Amino acid sequence: MPKVVLEFEKPIIELEQKVAEMKKLSETLDIEEEIKGLEEKIQQLQESIYSNLSAWQIVQIARHPERPYTLDYIQRITTDFVELYGDRLFRDDKAVVGGFGKINGQTVMLVGQQKGRDTKSNLYRNFGMMNPEGYRKALRLMKLAEKFNKPVITFLDTPGAYPGIEAEERGQAEAIARNIYEMSKLRVPIIVVIIGEGASGGALGIGVGDRILMLEYCWYSVIAPESCSSILWRSWDYKEQAAEALKLTAKDLIKFNIIDRIVPEPKGGAHRNHEQAAQILKDILIEELNELKKIKIDKLLELRLKKFLNMGVVTE
Amino acid sequence: MAWFKRTKSNIESSTQKKEIPDGMWTKCEKCNEIIHKKQLEQHAYTCPKCNYHFRIGSAEYIQILLDEKSFREMDKKMMSADPLNFVDTKEYKKRIKDVIKQTGLYDAVRTGTGKINGHNVVIAIMDFAFIGGSMGSVVGEKIARAIHKSIKTKYPLIIISRSGGARMMEGALSLMQLAKTCGMLTRLSEAKVPYISVLTDPTTGGTTASYGMLGDINIAEPGALIGFAGPRVIRQATGKDLPPGFQTAEFLLEKGFIDLICHRKELREKLTQLIDLFKS
Ligand SMILES: [Zn+2]
Repeated sequence: MPKVVLEFEKPIIELEQKVAEMKKLSETLDIEEEIKGLEEKIQQLQESIYSNLSAWQIVQIARHPERPYTLDYIQRITTDFVELYGDRLFRDDKAVVGGFGKINGQTVMLVGQQKGRDTKSNLYRNFGMMNPEGYRKALRLMKLAEKFNKPVITFLDTPGAYPGIEAEERGQAEAIARNIYEMSKLRVPIIVVIIGEGASGGALGIGVGDRILMLEYCWYSVIAPESCSSILWRSWDYKEQAAEALKLTAKDLIKFNIIDRIVPEPKGGAHRNHEQAAQILKDILIEELNELKKIKIDKLLELRLKKFLNMGVVTE
Repeated sequence: MAWFKRTKSNIESSTQKKEIPDGMWTKCEKCNEIIHKKQLEQHAYTCPKCNYHFRIGSAEYIQILLDEKSFREMDKKMMSADPLNFVDTKEYKKRIKDVIKQTGLYDAVRTGTGKINGHNVVIAIMDFAFIGGSMGSVVGEKIARAIHKSIKTKYPLIIISRSGGARMMEGALSLMQLAKTCGMLTRLSEAKVPYISVLTDPTTGGTTASYGMLGDINIAEPGALIGFAGPRVIRQATGKDLPPGFQTAEFLLEKGFIDLICHRKELREKLTQLIDLFKS
């Protein structure tokens, strides 16, 4: 059973516990029918709760501390993963991980923001908030992939680029701008997967690509709902409204063509079943990689630019 | 100058405020000097005493930088379509309507072609008065089209940024304008057309983290606040006091992120010189 239970998950988790207890009893008692009934009830409850999640509830799932993170996916999706470190300029940023690995026998470059699971590992990972050296590390790895003609897969999961004094001194804005720029013309296919939180420029700094995939219960926007609330409502108390107003869920973003495809999550969210979440993503990645391989690189770059040029709505 | 001192002491008492005709006199925000409108214009909207650079808009830059009557505006009436149907304490639609009325601008950037000392340029100038110079779909689209114009005409591109970053009321669509503008800049670069980025006070967030930092030449106005995260956010996140001069143009020059700092009075000549260097 999960250690952290979100408020709206509670009724489901409670029933699941009950079923688990009854299953133990069923060794001596004939309660198969009742168990079956309860399991059906769980199913129904799950469907009704998860088909009506509010934007804020989705934000909560995206931040669930037991959600699979970048390395959890990489471990399950790839073989022969070799992690590579450092930006060759300043130091290794632990908030982003990357390296070569094989998916279905083909070498790819994997780069993603990495959160920690407890206080200690979160401090080590800086809560997945990258510094400029992180963006430069990511770019170095992507350039390496370009040199050896390997596709790039990036995983977005960050509450934002780190707003620190040193980050500004080392050019946080320049580092992000440079990555967006370079990714726009990187001469290998890029698949971007939003696996958790996609907060603003900090996320987009590794988020330009040919295919933008987003897991079902993630958010991606220009600002976190809390910060949006504090600026526009001048209070931290309007995060639910802000989340709703920002249209930051996968279902919203696919309508605006900001993402190309929603990756389904296991029942109850990716945190309930890491193996299954990774398997679903792996199958989709293989499919997408095969599709992208068919397109000549010059054509692909033209399509990549067009894709982003088409984003935005104006009246003239 | 005696009369100057007198005026200065006058403005300090609020009851006397009306003695200074509205719009004729301006108080320097930095040194409190009282400056006459004509004098301010003469000094390219900088304080003659302390060099403080006032936060001016596109109209003033057009007047300061471009040859007379050379500006041909592009996409003048492009407006936000409020794609998210966004409502905070106010409807975004209403906010847009009100700010258009109040400023006479249609969004936070004006783009067009013009001449600087006879040199053709494509120029984009941001207006902070329009929702904090924030970048939504309109700013992104107008900048992208300006870059396209630059590629077609081979006229050097100049973007003058003054912006709080991406516009919240258009959510992820605003964020994607970073990718849109940077994407177009890769093509400008391929076409070998020079791009000069002029960063003015303040330029933060998504604007700095896209075209702001990507000039072939990055110029900043003296004292301008330039950064990614705003100072308030940094103070909040780190719990630290910010060092003096943090995130100013001078700080960025020292850290290696801009090529030069240029006083606004010399900006026209500096741009001319640079364009000439690229051409010759
Ligand atoms: Zn002054």
